[in-house]
Amino acid sequence: MPSNRDSVQHTIVVAFLLCVVCSVVVSTAAVLMRDKQKINMAQERQLNILAAAGIPVVDGNIDAAFAQVTPRLVDLRTGRFSTDFDVNTYDARKVIKDDMLSRALTTTEDVASIRRLAHYATIYLVMGEQGIDRLILPVYGYGLWSTLYGFIALEGDINTVAGLGFYEHAETPGLGGEVDNPRWRALWSGKQVYEPGHMQPVLFLVKGSASADDVHKVDGLAGATLTSNGVTNLIHFWLGEFGFAPFLTNLKAGEA
Amino acid sequence: MSKTKDILYAPIFANNPIALQILGICSALAVTSSLNVTVVMCIALTFVTAFANLSIASIRNIVPSNIRIIVQMTIIASLVILVDQILKAYAYGISKQLSVFVGLIITNCIVMGRAEAFAMQNPPWPSFLDGIGNGLGYSVVLLFVAAIREFFGSGTLFGYEIMTLTTNGGWYYSNGLMLLPPSAFFVIGGFIWILRTLKTDQCEAADFKIAPNNKSEPAL
Repeated sequence: MPSNRDSVQHTIVVAFLLCVVCSVVVSTAAVLMRDKQKINMAQERQLNILAAAGIPVVDGNIDAAFAQVTPRLVDLRTGRFSTDFDVNTYDARKVIKDDMLSRALTTTEDVASIRRLAHYATIYLVMGEQGIDRLILPVYGYGLWSTLYGFIALEGDINTVAGLGFYEHAETPGLGGEVDNPRWRALWSGKQVYEPGHMQPVLFLVKGSASADDVHKVDGLAGATLTSNGVTNLIHFWLGEFGFAPFLTNLKAGEA
Repeated sequence: MSKTKDILYAPIFANNPIALQILGICSALAVTSSLNVTVVMCIALTFVTAFANLSIASIRNIVPSNIRIIVQMTIIASLVILVDQILKAYAYGISKQLSVFVGLIITNCIVMGRAEAFAMQNPPWPSFLDGIGNGLGYSVVLLFVAAIREFFGSGTLFGYEIMTLTTNGGWYYSNGLMLLPPSAFFVIGGFIWILRTLKTDQCEAADFKIAPNNKSEPAL
């Protein structure tokens, strides 16, 4: 065989066998590990929802902690709860290219640079003794390098921020990546999204430090103006009229 | 026996892939801002280089030379996907931080360079050792760079706080440059400087010599 190993026939045979062997190896690995990977991704999301809601995970038991959280589906067009899909299997990131289930945003609407908006969103409720204790909303938008995916948690008054956290982004470590810094994240707690009586978000990140008394301003990230702007934009989009504002209005009025 | 040892240990200092051959700089910049991530990257690269060399060396006599680069790429790419899948299943947090850089091991010049330069001419076992050796050589430089960058950039080593940052209420004002990829150039440069001071045989001859100034009037 080696004597004519540059012949066309031999080349094709080697190429074919190599492809078969490599594809078997790769697909075996993918199939064997798919379940484990899915669990990891689901846990990562749950941990972020719990962190945003301020629910502690005891002894690493995520499922037990997550049992306090109720997922619900919201139709963003009507601003009401919906049961059109199974909330446990619906994934807003999967339907984003589907014209039936999402729509393109116009330039003026699209302050968070997300291009398309799904009609439905999964939100999470933590119920307390007097109705809703925490309301956890998914938010995302473009920063400097990447789309930041995260959750914002609101208190039962549907105005006060309980927490904010991102579970997926690729901003510069040490600069924009400081959105993960626990000290910065702690600044959000107690801030207010809306002025009383209005449903237009007025919560901003400012350059430098914001006064602790100012409920509508949060410290910007040092050296990361574009990431800071991105965070402001995504808050304004998702808590604004095309995001969750209609739903929150209905919820306050008890009509959701 | 000493030849086998040479194959394994020479790439660490005497013939380091990054410091002497200047290969694989790209990932040395990208994944060295924290040690935890760097260690995983080093293990992944060593694994890929070793097994790519092993499999390429074992089929080196039947691979037609006109498609040998494609064959090497296919094998390397399969191994990289394997590593990526394993990381996603068993080290999810770190795989998220490494993100695209695991995939970019495919284009790492060290893997390809060793496959073409060594594994195509040598039997499987020495090729495997050569892969491990070059992986270790890469790891030495990466760990050195990451230790310096993490220490001065974040005040931590392996995530354990050593110097408390001002942003966390401490005294150390972090060196922002160290957190950005270009700082790795300076650190790698420093590493090469130290290495060549100790091992003078690695210094290259100067390309030209500056002629002495023999004119008395000042230059304009």
